[in-house]
Amino acid sequence: MTTAATGRFEAAFAARGAGERPGIIPYVTAGFPGPGDTAPLLLACQRAGSLAAEVGVPFSDPLADGPTIQSAGWRALEQGMTPARAISQVAQARAAGLTIPVAAMTYINPVLAMGVEAFAAACAAAGIDGVIVPDLPVEEAAGLAASLGAHGLAHIPLVAPTTPTSRVARVAATAAGFVYCVSVTGTTGARERVSPAALDLLERVRSVTALPRALGFGISRPEHVEALTGHCEAVVVGSALLDAIGKGGDDPGATAERFVRGIRGLEAVR
Amino acid sequence: MTTAGRFGIYGGAFVPETLVPALEELEAAMTEALADPAFIAELDGWLHDYAGRPTPLTLARRLTEASGGAEIWLKREDLVHTGAHKLNNALGQVLLARRMGKTRIIAETGAGQHGVATATVCACFGLECIVYMGREDTHRQAVNVYKMGLLGAEVRPVDSGSRTLKDATNEAIRDWVTNVENTHYVIGSVVGPHPYPTLVKRFQRVIGDEARQQALQRWGALPDSVVACVGGGSNAIGIFTAFIEDEDVELLGVEAAGRGIETGEHAASLEAGRPGVLHGAYSYLLQDANGQVIETHSISAGLDYPGVGPEHSALRDAERARYVACTDGEALRAFHRLCRMEGIIPALESSHALAVAERRARELGAGHRVLVCLSGRGDKDIDTVRAVGGTGEGIP
Repeated sequence: MTTAATGRFEAAFAARGAGERPGIIPYVTAGFPGPGDTAPLLLACQRAGSLAAEVGVPFSDPLADGPTIQSAGWRALEQGMTPARAISQVAQARAAGLTIPVAAMTYINPVLAMGVEAFAAACAAAGIDGVIVPDLPVEEAAGLAASLGAHGLAHIPLVAPTTPTSRVARVAATAAGFVYCVSVTGTTGARERVSPAALDLLERVRSVTALPRALGFGISRPEHVEALTGHCEAVVVGSALLDAIGKGGDDPGATAERFVRGIRGLEAVR
Repeated sequence: MTTAGRFGIYGGAFVPETLVPALEELEAAMTEALADPAFIAELDGWLHDYAGRPTPLTLARRLTEASGGAEIWLKREDLVHTGAHKLNNALGQVLLARRMGKTRIIAETGAGQHGVATATVCACFGLECIVYMGREDTHRQAVNVYKMGLLGAEVRPVDSGSRTLKDATNEAIRDWVTNVENTHYVIGSVVGPHPYPTLVKRFQRVIGDEARQQALQRWGALPDSVVACVGGGSNAIGIFTAFIEDEDVELLGVEAAGRGIETGEHAASLEAGRPGVLHGAYSYLLQDANGQVIETHSISAGLDYPGVGPEHSALRDAERARYVACTDGEALRAFHRLCRMEGIIPALESSHALAVAERRARELGAGHRVLVCLSGRGDKDIDTVRAVGGTGEGIP
């Protein structure tokens, strides 16, 4: 499905050269560290050469997330972040020159509370290109996928190391933009190494779909990214980035820009 | 939404992809085991020889006289080993987990009764047992934390979110996502993703199956009303299920109204919530306008939960069961009446059902019978009741 919005993902992945390292998709929690920081952070990620960006719309009970993203989400919620405000941060970033693709990541309950159709419409109007809902397996996803598709948005499903290959095929058939590959059996959070199960999963995904693969959960270091060259087209980096921003002082944008350049291997990670 | 595991429009399995194969494996194992007479015989043996089933049906004689209406009968789940109906489910699920070859058991607990029940069964089988419990609840229910340690389980306090049952459940699910290969998650109520609500119902329906048979033997008739408290709702589903086809039998679920629905400090999902997804199931949920789950209050830790089992949502919408709410004060006063008039110290959870049963007995009048699920005993609540003082007068 090629539309104005999913087209941004297609173009971004198509622009990668053969043999390049995987592109970087930084994840930022909307409203973290401060309520107005998200648009500047997205622009900083773009300046640092990110392939795309992911914006987390915080939920009170994030089952798939480890401690870092949980606490970023609660801090954002305490400061009044809502799904509507999170979406409007992306619109602000677009108005200020953000051109890379953006995916929203949230849980199904905030989407149901807003209304599936209203959520899809609001995302589209804000210039969001795709939506990731980690507690919505393929059996439950048809309604949301249809609404997203009608608004030209990509439904980006997840597959995990425990997903049998026949099921990977079924999931990938509902995907647009890219397939989100979960690297570990576990929650989000920085880890020491990329697991062999992740490489196996990436191979199995390639055997059933031509869509780009982004690997997430646990990717935190430039050597992880380098080791994944040829195995996937992008990596999602969330907890390690939020940890850096949390420790990084007054200018979250500068911290994020330095972090993304570091994980791309362009400057030393501090 | 048309997947299996629905009760009307409620239920489903809204979980991270990592868990989907585990839930499918559990459903297959459940179907196979429940069709195997050897498994049923093993379970029945444990329920009889270890848990102490069947539990008696007791006439609350003085309470009935004082109410001046219908007879009030108690289904005595407080007499099950470990002091509550929770053991019925823990036994069933751990036997199933053994059959599936799982070597590590995890559970969540609020009041601690489900944690103690799970730790107890794991001790019987020498299985590793880890219980997640909100930090707040470990303070409120310190005796049960100590008991779990005696039984060889590890209690992991949870510091995330509101530090209560909801957060303990989140953390147990995160553990399961991480250790799904060798671990079975023993959910303590008829909540969570499919097949849990169906599985837990199967292990708790023994309450109503026994009570229905006892009623027919004792009275030659069915009760007019069946009353049970509802947090997640497992003792209520357990006693309701046998009577669902008996259309003349009223089914009455009692949620926690806390300090009063109007104060916002309560846990009455079916009365004051709207449908949403928590812990993998679509059901009535206490949430704000943006879909964030809100904090609840009840004097009873076991009812202090913002969600409710999906079958209760369906029974509510179909009007097959009716749900009302009972405040902290009403429950406390019913607690003291049962202590003084019947010589039974009930759990604060069950006291919510007792308060409504007394009211219902007065409304129905003499010549009728109200059956109450006395889901647990109140030893665990002594500190809470002592801290309030008196007999609950003046508490909203």
